[in-house]
Amino acid sequence: MIDGFIALYIFMLAAFVGHEIIGRVPAILHTPLMSGSNFVHGIVLVGAMVALGRAETTLELTIGFIGVFLGAGNAVGGYVVTERMLEMFKSSKEKNS
Amino acid sequence: MSVFSLENLIQASYFIAAVLFIFGLKRMSSPVTARGGIIWAGAGMVVATVVTFLFPGMGNYALMMIAIATGGILAWVSGKRVAMTDMPQMIALYNGMGGGAAAAIAAVELFGGEQHGVVIGTLAVLGGIIGSVSFSGSLIAFAKLQGLMKTTVRFPGQQVFNLLLLTATLLTAGYVVMGHAEFNIIVLLFVLALILGVTMTLPIGGADMPVVISLYNALTGLAVAFEGFVLQNAAMIIAGTVVGAAGSLLTQLMAKAMNRSLGNVLFSGFGDTPVAEGSEVSGSMKPIDATDVGVMMAFAEKVLIIPGYGMAVAQAQHKVWELAKLLLDRGVDVKFAIHPVAGRMPGHMNVLLAEAGVPYDIIYDQDEINPEFPTADVALVIGANDVVNPVARTDPASPIYGMPILDADKAKNTVVIKRGQGAGFSGIENALFFGDNTRMLYGDGQAMATELIHAVKEL
Repeated sequence: MIDGFIALYIFMLAAFVGHEIIGRVPAILHTPLMSGSNFVHGIVLVGAMVALGRAETTLELTIGFIGVFLGAGNAVGGYVVTERMLEMFKSSKEKNS
Repeated sequence: MSVFSLENLIQASYFIAAVLFIFGLKRMSSPVTARGGIIWAGAGMVVATVVTFLFPGMGNYALMMIAIATGGILAWVSGKRVAMTDMPQMIALYNGMGGGAAAAIAAVELFGGEQHGVVIGTLAVLGGIIGSVSFSGSLIAFAKLQGLMKTTVRFPGQQVFNLLLLTATLLTAGYVVMGHAEFNIIVLLFVLALILGVTMTLPIGGADMPVVISLYNALTGLAVAFEGFVLQNAAMIIAGTVVGAAGSLLTQLMAKAMNRSLGNVLFSGFGDTPVAEGSEVSGSMKPIDATDVGVMMAFAEKVLIIPGYGMAVAQAQHKVWELAKLLLDRGVDVKFAIHPVAGRMPGHMNVLLAEAGVPYDIIYDQDEINPEFPTADVALVIGANDVVNPVARTDPASPIYGMPILDADKAKNTVVIKRGQGAGFSGIENALFFGDNTRMLYGDGQAMATELIHAVKEL
């Protein structure tokens, strides 16, 4: 599976991708993009689901529940605000049509 | 194992999700495709979440559904309701939730007592610490920007205290990784990390908060990636790392636009260094009334509008756009000039203007628009101050010296809409207001914009 140097390679390449994506972004999109990347790390929801799914003791169940709750909030909230912001960006042409 | 096994289905779905995230973020980097970008990324999230229900060896589905539904609905409702001006703190809140979720994963893994080995154990603990710091820090950032917490807490030796706290956290983390995963020690670890997030964020002033939110965004990404390694989840590793790297770069860009280094933002509050007086600004502020400004703009060839956060506070963006439309209809070349830190986050002003209906192709960045100021007949400054202060170019003694600014002083005529005669947010006298070509239009942003609209209409 994913371990050792394979993990390190994935980490390095993904970091490079992240750097490249932001590097050429006009300042006008910084806020929506920060919001968009905030949404993308909402993928933590998936991990929290696995953690809760495997939890056995009451303590683990409680923490897992909180984790899924928070993860879902991150993903859904991040999506809603990003979508609302980006929806408003229109060019003059779109305005007139 | 068949090609169509459950394991392969899950991995393939995570792969597709990771691809959708990357292409989605890529599309978000241009205003033309940005809308599609978030939808792509959203589709990736749905695929990854749905397929996770099929994960082998899981239970507690009822609890899981309740947690997703409550968290999701609360976030959905709050996200739909929040005003565009309050966007920065909302992003902070959702980001904190992500950090908390990453910390929760680490906690379940640690309390579960599974043996991971030193490398994975270290990543789990680090992810937990970073997630906790991001969680409590983001909540403080939210409270400050929302106005729930007005004071900026600073005490002597704060930095030393934070450093000691960090050391204590890392030592505890090391102890846990070495195999002492006892209940009390793990609790101590998370408590220390949570306190660290609070004490790190408390001394930071409201104006620097966007940089901090961006930093916590990057940190949450990193925490998610680390927990992804622990759970052997490729989607989490890739998405988390991409956000970690993108967020770090974004944080640097923001700090640079504010003429501060990241270290400076984190470790010294604005105003800690005594404000150097700089050279005295000579001359006087020359008032003008709205009718004259209306005439000036209506018969101009080119008008550049410089909006600042003050405009958004006065809720004047709709009126300003109405004014711009009138001028455009008269054949005036109207452009909006945006400083990188206008608003409360880089790009925040663009969002506020977009909300008012201003098309993005007449909104220009500082680098694009600065060469146009000398040919502009009128530069209209509304609710902006420090970002148009020419001492940033001319006076090395000034605290804002070196900060990139909009060259409003180079326009043939500059009109500044301002409530009163006081200095700006940073408390620095603005030399622009005393310029020979500058006229001051005193009054509330919205009221003045309305008067200007009438003035232009009556011509």
